[in-house]
Amino acid sequence: MGERVLMKGNEAIAEAAIQAGCRFFFGYPITPQNELPEYMSRRMPQVEGTFVQAESEVAAINMVYGASGAGARVMTSSSSPGISLKQEGISYMAGAELPAVIVNIVRGGPGLGSIQPSQGDYFQAVKGGGHGDYRLIVLAPANLQEAVDLVTEAFDLADLYRNPVLILGDGLLGQMMEPVEFRPGTKRELPPKTWATTGTRHHVGSKSVINSLVLDAPGLENHNLRLQAKYARIAQDEQKAELLHCTDAEVVVVAYGSTARIAKTAIGNLRQLGHKVGLLRPITLWPFPVHAFQEVIPHAKTFLTVEMSSGQLVEDVRLTVNGARPVHYYGRMGGMVPTHEEISAECLKVLGGAR
Amino acid sequence: MAKVNFIEERCKGCELCTAVCPVKIVVMADRINRRGFRPAMVVDMQKCIACAACARICPDAVIEVEK
Amino acid sequence: MAKVFERPKSLVDMQTHYCPGCTHGIIHRLIAEVMDELNFADRAIGVAPVGCAVLGYLYFTCDMQEAAHGRAPAVATGIKRVVPDGVVFTYQGDGDLASIGCAEIVHAAARGENITTIFVNNGIYGMTGGQMAPTTLPGDKTSTSPYGRDTKKQGFPIRVSEMLSTLDGPAYVARVSVHTVPHIIRARRAIKKAFQYQIAGQGFTLVEVLSTCPTNWGLTPLEALDKLAKDMLPYYPLGEYKDIEAGAKQ
Repeated sequence: MGERVLMKGNEAIAEAAIQAGCRFFFGYPITPQNELPEYMSRRMPQVEGTFVQAESEVAAINMVYGASGAGARVMTSSSSPGISLKQEGISYMAGAELPAVIVNIVRGGPGLGSIQPSQGDYFQAVKGGGHGDYRLIVLAPANLQEAVDLVTEAFDLADLYRNPVLILGDGLLGQMMEPVEFRPGTKRELPPKTWATTGTRHHVGSKSVINSLVLDAPGLENHNLRLQAKYARIAQDEQKAELLHCTDAEVVVVAYGSTARIAKTAIGNLRQLGHKVGLLRPITLWPFPVHAFQEVIPHAKTFLTVEMSSGQLVEDVRLTVNGARPVHYYGRMGGMVPTHEEISAECLKVLGGAR
Repeated sequence: MAKVNFIEERCKGCELCTAVCPVKIVVMADRINRRGFRPAMVVDMQKCIACAACARICPDAVIEVEK
Repeated sequence: MAKVFERPKSLVDMQTHYCPGCTHGIIHRLIAEVMDELNFADRAIGVAPVGCAVLGYLYFTCDMQEAAHGRAPAVATGIKRVVPDGVVFTYQGDGDLASIGCAEIVHAAARGENITTIFVNNGIYGMTGGQMAPTTLPGDKTSTSPYGRDTKKQGFPIRVSEMLSTLDGPAYVARVSVHTVPHIIRARRAIKKAFQYQIAGQGFTLVEVLSTCPTNWGLTPLEALDKLAKDMLPYYPLGEYKDIEAGAKQ
């Protein structure tokens, strides 16, 4: 603790999981996250943990289901196409209320796409991806220290709410190297996993069943109402965002992850030139940080959403702003990363009323 | 002395037991149980040899055998 | 008078949803009998499939997990890695295991995961209304092979036990049947052996149980047993296809 280590993003995320007590990892190779399972394959035996390279991302998420159902802290990681494969398993886990941490190092899509960074999986992460009425807690780090801190947070949130948590990274974060410090997170009171399938010897008199099948409609509606109540509690208590220079901002840039980091450079430069620009950086993509928007809307003149996707984040910004202010969009796709010059130029366009 | 006990209310009338009894004392009743199935039953209990063939083929574990 | 045969304790005392004469009931009971005899119900964790046995989690007294279709071997892998002294088993039909779950069963077997799979092979998809299965016999009529399975267009059945026995990971692979009482007794023996091997840490074990589906075969339960004997036995020969102990003895 207190020691800073220079690490590659994928590896730092893996190490953070180990530090958070994760002892089971099931994964499959896919670029640009391969260093994560590779690191786990070296590190897990060192901490007497378990690493399995599964036969597919489908198999991996189902191994996560089983291990989580048996009460363990467990992680899987993948990138966009592999996360698509996991959607059935993720829906099952949400329905069965199983905790786990899933890491998506997003690449260009759709389809096989590219191996360059992207944010094109926003809808998949935040709006479902899998079938049915469920939500994932989605955390979006913007640098490696934050990634490492959010991994620790993710395991606690997963256990606290009995829900899968998704860390939405991108190829830049996965591949870059930065110094990180592994530090314990906020202490949370976590309930014991009395529901886990460890054998009835451990809970004599009752049997644990991990299941998402509820064949009678009223029963399934009740189950869904309980889940929705849980999501409402999460939405109330777990929103997270960063506000930078927003108090007097005329244009508020909304961006997350690596895009936000690039936007910070643009905003810094624009501020130097006297322009009133700020940044609202969602850290939780679900729950969407509506409280932060409520703080900012009264003073802001307009919003500019910048994303490495076709216009996914901007939909939630528009929903939240709800017509109170104009909302603009600028984005790159296919693995292209915006430069801070591009973002500055867009801000100036918005400031000048040209958009 | 041997005795078999059929839990009639659980029987689904599949008739598998009637085919395997070596002394042919298992038959289907004329009456129906609460679920609408005609349950299996034993006629001539004194011929029972407690082989438990009926119990072993019963998919619903409806049959107990005593000796 | 002493009880010569009674309902196993590891079977929950409730009526099942299975059709009259369905061999699922016999197989469930055999597993429960072995659980009683080897006394492992309190450390057993079963994984139920999608198929007729989807409600299997209701019928055993041990901890259970419901898996997605075909994924039971992966779910079981996760469980066994977390609870290595648990007795972990999957219970799967021919669609679950040999169709959608073909990758999962092959790889769990290849990895030598210390789990036991009970594979119920009745050559048809029961729950969804009688469609063709990977194990449907050539010529057999199903709701998706209404003219009879045409091997030219719909391919050939998969012999799972033979296929898995070529891998090094499995410790025991056997095919049994439940269409007569002597066969049921032999099936029970194979299931017991499979679980014993798991408890001894020998590797992956699988027992393929030839079964009937009276409802979707359009036959009475008794007629269905005859069809199993006449049609299935020649295509799916019974026997122990892999036995790690038998090999060592030679």
